[in-house]
Amino acid sequence: MTPPKADAGALRHWVSEEPFDPYSIEPLSPEQEHYYLASQWQLMWWKFKRHRLGVACGVFLLLMYASVLISEFLAPYNLHSRHTEFIYAPPQSVHLFHEGEFIGPFVYGTNYRLNMENLRREYTENRSEIYRIGLFCRGDTYSFWGIGRGSLHLICVAEGGSMFLLGTDRLGRDVLSRIIYGARISLTIGLLGITISFVLGIVIGGLAGYYGGVLDLLVQRLIEILQSFPHIPLWMALSAVLPVTWSPLLIFFGITIILGLLDWTGLARGVRSKLLALREEDYCMAAQLMGARTPRIIGRHLVPGFMSHLIASATLSIPTMVLGETALSFLGLGLRPPITSWGVLLNEAQNINVVALYPWLMLPVVPVVLIILAFSFFGDGLRDAADPYK
Amino acid sequence: MLGYIVRRLFIMIPTLLAISVLVFVIIELPPGDYLESYVAELQSQGESIDPKRIEFLRQEYGFDKPMHERYIHWVWGMVQGDFGYSFEYRLPVRDVVGDKLFLTVIVSFFTVLFTWIMAFPIGVYSATHQYSWGDYGLTFIGLLGLATPNFLLALVLLYLANVWFGTSIGGLMDPQYLDQPWSWAKAQSVLEHLWIPVVVVGTSGTAAMIRRLRANLLDELEKQYVITARAKGLPPFRALLKYPLRMALNFFISDIGSILPSVFSGTALVAIVLSLPTTGPVLLAALQSQDMYLAGSFLMFLAVLTVIGVLLSDLALAALDPRIRLQGGTTR
Repeated sequence: MTPPKADAGALRHWVSEEPFDPYSIEPLSPEQEHYYLASQWQLMWWKFKRHRLGVACGVFLLLMYASVLISEFLAPYNLHSRHTEFIYAPPQSVHLFHEGEFIGPFVYGTNYRLNMENLRREYTENRSEIYRIGLFCRGDTYSFWGIGRGSLHLICVAEGGSMFLLGTDRLGRDVLSRIIYGARISLTIGLLGITISFVLGIVIGGLAGYYGGVLDLLVQRLIEILQSFPHIPLWMALSAVLPVTWSPLLIFFGITIILGLLDWTGLARGVRSKLLALREEDYCMAAQLMGARTPRIIGRHLVPGFMSHLIASATLSIPTMVLGETALSFLGLGLRPPITSWGVLLNEAQNINVVALYPWLMLPVVPVVLIILAFSFFGDGLRDAADPYK
Repeated sequence: MLGYIVRRLFIMIPTLLAISVLVFVIIELPPGDYLESYVAELQSQGESIDPKRIEFLRQEYGFDKPMHERYIHWVWGMVQGDFGYSFEYRLPVRDVVGDKLFLTVIVSFFTVLFTWIMAFPIGVYSATHQYSWGDYGLTFIGLLGLATPNFLLALVLLYLANVWFGTSIGGLMDPQYLDQPWSWAKAQSVLEHLWIPVVVVGTSGTAAMIRRLRANLLDELEKQYVITARAKGLPPFRALLKYPLRMALNFFISDIGSILPSVFSGTALVAIVLSLPTTGPVLLAALQSQDMYLAGSFLMFLAVLTVIGVLLSDLALAALDPRIRLQGGTTR
């Protein structure tokens, strides 16, 4: 490169003839390049990873949902297997030592006595009987998802013994096993319900936000009315309407739809306000000029722009649904046996005697609380991560 | 201000109409006609049917008429103060509802008060001590209150209250005060029983309120005028109290619109568990026995109460915040 020569008069215009390479001036370090070229979802993932509690809750939820696939294997007993000699048996405790001697995890046998004064069933530990607890052993036979039959369980007790770690109910059914099976319905009902309300929210909110005008006004009023209506009485009324003649499975779908039908309002509001802002963007105008139809503009160009926000807020509204189902089933308006959800299990704990005499029947509330907390923290993490450019 | 009130009252009318349509559709959803099932039930019990009575009921509801006429009949009746007839109680709905609605309002009022008293200091603390252990801990406790199903908490508290304080189980007053006229002792007994539903329903509302108050106050605290106030040497506490808190207070009142529906929901549910003489248990019984006109009236009443509550909060907000009066818009 030769420096321009100064002429006697004005400075001549000079252009270097070498090809220009923009990267020669500001070379990007590999990390920077990695960062700048990352997709939106990748950025979200990086940001989400830093929210430790959110990640932990996400993992916990994943495990819970995975457990739903193999409930038969995880539960020590079958859903409906009854132990008539153990009715309202309290939780048994697991011991490791017997008279100072290490044996490994085992439970003692139980002695049963009917107290003739108050007719209470009294169970006491029988210290002379020892039943070891084993892993991967044979127990109740079950049919596994209709593929085949099996009898392998994760934990079970030695032959002749009984192991009710969380007690039994009024028919002598193991509460722990029923909680594990109940997860199936309680966890899926939230997901199905949120899917319905998600679709409704996007479609209704999308149309209102994109078209505006009268449609928007109507949708706005509808949302206001639905939001100003107390939900539980409305849910109660709608689920009381479901015909008694329906099978429990149909009732399950009915309840899911009811939960979803009233919940879309928050999502629709979010979609609408985002769309109102985004439809003024140039890229939306460009799509219109190129002749794209409305559904394509909404679905292909606008919705992806705030999908992450939607998913985060949807996650945050799953807890309401889980609680709603639990409350409805508790009142006897929701799911009905033989379909078993946590709410159905809690239905047994409906009266004060249970609190006083058989408090272990209230244990299904523990997974309910855990799931709701997990979804809340997970949703919080997602929401923070949803805006990676902040 | 007067103009604002009038405008706000006019907005209520279409809202109430829409709600009444919604409720009516729900009432009409169950297949068949109530009278048919009623007659069938009487016949199955071997009772004779008074044709006059059936004729009276048929006229009362005009079952032979098309749906829209029945709707108009129903709404027009409500406007005139005739809420229909309850099959289950064999009484006009108005007589069944009476006291129950009043007690619902009392329980809800105290619940909202409790929510405010709990949420306000906690929300302010969380916002001023953002990301501290106290903030995390209080948020977690609030979430725990949100996550625990109301009905179970109510049962446990009921049991504990009985064991510890000897409060009678169920109901909103000691049995001897039932059907008695209101007196000081009766009011006291009501207060003794009131705290359980109030605490139970309040805990779930408090968490949400704390979160929103915290977010609102944080937004306010980042603004320029707070920095100015601090820069000119105002003590931190005064700088917080003087302006940002006042702004956040507005939100406190406007937020009643969003907590009121959940308070009514929670009260209905908890009342069923505690068998309080409020709307909840009657609504449940009406739904279970398909006494749909009674249920419909209750739904309608709850909605009207909510709408009135929101209206009151809007008016209070307008009185506090001149911007709203002048713009004339709604707060939501």
